[in-house]
Amino acid sequence: MAQGPQDIEDLIGLLSKLPGLGPRSARRAVLHLIKKRKQHLIPLADAMTRVGQSAKECLNCGNIDTADICPICQDERRANGEICIVEDVADLWAMERSGVFKGRYHVLGGTLSALDAVGPEDLRIPKLLDRVTSEAVTEVILALSATIDGQTTAHYIADQLPDVTVTSLAQGVPVGGELDYLDDGTITAALRARRSL
Amino acid sequence: MIEWQDEGALLASRVHGETSMIIEVFTPSRGRHAGVVRGGASRKMAATLQPGSQVSVTWKARLDDHLGSFTIEPLRSRSAQVMSDRLALSGLGAVCALLCQSLPEREKHEPLYNRTVQLLDLLGQNDVWPLAYLHWEMSLLDELGYGLDLSACAVRGVNEDLSYISPKSGRAVSKEGAGEWANRLLPLVPVMKGEGDASGGEIARALGTTGYFIENRLFGTQTSREVPAARQRLIDAIARLD
Repeated sequence: MAQGPQDIEDLIGLLSKLPGLGPRSARRAVLHLIKKRKQHLIPLADAMTRVGQSAKECLNCGNIDTADICPICQDERRANGEICIVEDVADLWAMERSGVFKGRYHVLGGTLSALDAVGPEDLRIPKLLDRVTSEAVTEVILALSATIDGQTTAHYIADQLPDVTVTSLAQGVPVGGELDYLDDGTITAALRARRSL
Repeated sequence: MIEWQDEGALLASRVHGETSMIIEVFTPSRGRHAGVVRGGASRKMAATLQPGSQVSVTWKARLDDHLGSFTIEPLRSRSAQVMSDRLALSGLGAVCALLCQSLPEREKHEPLYNRTVQLLDLLGQNDVWPLAYLHWEMSLLDELGYGLDLSACAVRGVNEDLSYISPKSGRAVSKEGAGEWANRLLPLVPVMKGEGDASGGEIARALGTTGYFIENRLFGTQTSREVPAARQRLIDAIARLD
């Protein structure tokens, strides 16, 4: 394959390291950006520079924002005594997309993992315990993955918070899901979490 | 192309690239075996590739010492049963972590495999599971060459009043045989011999004794790795059962 100038090759190399992109798709993206220089390339470069300089983790909850304390933590209307625990920022954004939860969040930064040697001290659990006392939290909602590691983390956190109501998200049939296509683990979980109508 | 098929218990899975997973499966004929599952990071495969799942696997590779790739078919899932059960969850974590970190790769351990599957099938039955786990740990030590000999006193040869275990040989020692060395020996908790009280506290005490050998023989200086924290979480959960 013909090689472009080094700067362009560097850009292709960097883009190809992003999730969902490989060398070919990165090459296509770079060609597109160069063709649409004014509409896409320059604004993208500017936006990336700005985000590179300003993006930081919220000191309180671990969300990503441009301020030390993110807007969710600053919003007094959200200080309703509920904290939703999520694994990472993508989960927080997913919860926010639903618009249902009106409390605050806490991003752990992962889950406990025996095999990867991730312990409580590697996550933001000590900060969570501080917040529960300092923010007069009445309910902690565990929105962690329905995986062995996710649920191990959930039980560990529940053990650390004996004086607070700790709840977790339900597990079962997804909206629009058909039983025939579900794995037996999901059906078991759904049957165990059944409720009366 | 080398190819084999077997059944096994899935011990661990980790993401490899964007779409694949590297898994470790404990099989009866080939022991702990790793391989890539192409497309394993998909949502469709997520439930199958949880630790503890019983799966049918086909492994293929061009050469035997390659990592190779697995084709997986689920046989039965255990994760849904344990998700809401603290003890079962920590038990599953401890079993998988201990096997992953102590078993040599590709070494057949069929008796241990059979005991492991029995133990995993008991998950959720919290009245019998802790005791089954204790005996499983003893068989893990046995299988890896550090078995405890609780049949007779190492000093006097008698099989009565056995109260201690030598940390050096793993053999039982009677109260009389221990003499002034008693404080240097590990307690032989009766539940280890299938006798006496099988309460959570006693089982946790017995796990302290097996833990000594796990820590000093299977881990520690042998492997430069630490005993998985999941084991201690399980012991804490068992101790709270009383």
